[in-house]
Amino acid sequence: MNDKKNKVSRRQFLNYSLTGLGGFMAAGVLIPNLRFAVDPVLKQASAGGDLVNVGLSEDDITEDPQRVDWDVEQVDGWYESDINRTAWVFKDENGDIQAFSPVCKHLGCFVTWEGSDDYPDEFFCPCHDGRYYKDGTNVPHTPPLAPLDVYEHKIENGMLFLGEPKPREGA
Amino acid sequence: MLQKLYDWIDDRVDVTPIWRDIADHEVPEHVNPAYHFSAFVYCFGGLTFFIVVIQVLSGMFLTMYYVPDIENAWESVYYLQSQVAHGQIVRGMHHWGASVVIVMLLLHTMRVFFQGAYKKPRELNWMVGVLIFFIMLGLGFTGYLLPWDNKAYFATQVGLEIAEQVPFIGVQLKTLLAGDPTIVGAQTLTRFFAIHVFFLPAALFGLLAVHFILIRKQGIAGPL
Repeated sequence: MNDKKNKVSRRQFLNYSLTGLGGFMAAGVLIPNLRFAVDPVLKQASAGGDLVNVGLSEDDITEDPQRVDWDVEQVDGWYESDINRTAWVFKDENGDIQAFSPVCKHLGCFVTWEGSDDYPDEFFCPCHDGRYYKDGTNVPHTPPLAPLDVYEHKIENGMLFLGEPKPREGA
Repeated sequence: MLQKLYDWIDDRVDVTPIWRDIADHEVPEHVNPAYHFSAFVYCFGGLTFFIVVIQVLSGMFLTMYYVPDIENAWESVYYLQSQVAHGQIVRGMHHWGASVVIVMLLLHTMRVFFQGAYKKPRELNWMVGVLIFFIMLGLGFTGYLLPWDNKAYFATQVGLEIAEQVPFIGVQLKTLLAGDPTIVGAQTLTRFFAIHVFFLPAALFGLLAVHFILIRKQGIAGPL
């Protein structure tokens, strides 16, 4: 153990202890700040709210997709507000209710049913000509890489209730 | 690894002389607490700077949540204190640091005063130091309003009334500070915020640079 190579010189010792002390002090200042800054990343996403009555009777849902707008409460940090939501709602060939999110899966623009005269019977996104078939799946070789998100839905007392938009299984 | 990275950069840019110029200099015996314990009084200036660094850091992070708007200011402060991890610590650092920095500054000033270290040729640095002191008071005054609670509001009300007592230009001075001749409100808050986070810190950094360059240029004052 008396090997000269392992000896720590006075200079080295002071260097190490001062660096350590400086690092400790810097960490003491920085760590709370950094944890504070990354907090939004580490926060648990709040569970989606209850399904909301969107004011559309089940009988009024046709085979033609129609636009439905409603408001939901949003808590954004210290700011609470009602924000607008939109869905494309229709009955498919099996008579099942479908409610699609209008948010394009390419870059988040707003898709419209038959939004382009060139593509009837399709959802169309004007930003980059993204297209979706009526069942919401993206038309191959157009910009979107996934089908439109689907709203959770239920029928209660004959009225349509919608919740959060969810990506499809296996999309 | 770090050594290699350093060598790689040093090879190309020759940084060693730069940092040696800044960091590598003799500490005279009379200012080294290892020789004379009473020399700890020479630490007050450095401690003031250390607290300033904490203030700048915690302030930068606080603005990630704070909003300088009368509808949201208090709410955002309340949110960052109660909902964000370590919010109490970060705001606490800024809150208490603001007082500690004034204390340290006064101790540093008293050391320089009682040792006569401000005498020729260092009068200019004393003047710069006094300007830094005023900047710090300004930072304290403008920062006090930002939480937009009752204490902040009425303290600023009083501070603005004091500004109004200045002869001849008092009313204009108050309006310049508050953004409105009578209201302490939306315009006051944005002004105070801008002054607090942009104008005064910029002035502070400039003056600190002069302060430090002068002390390196002139050297530390000799022993008593």
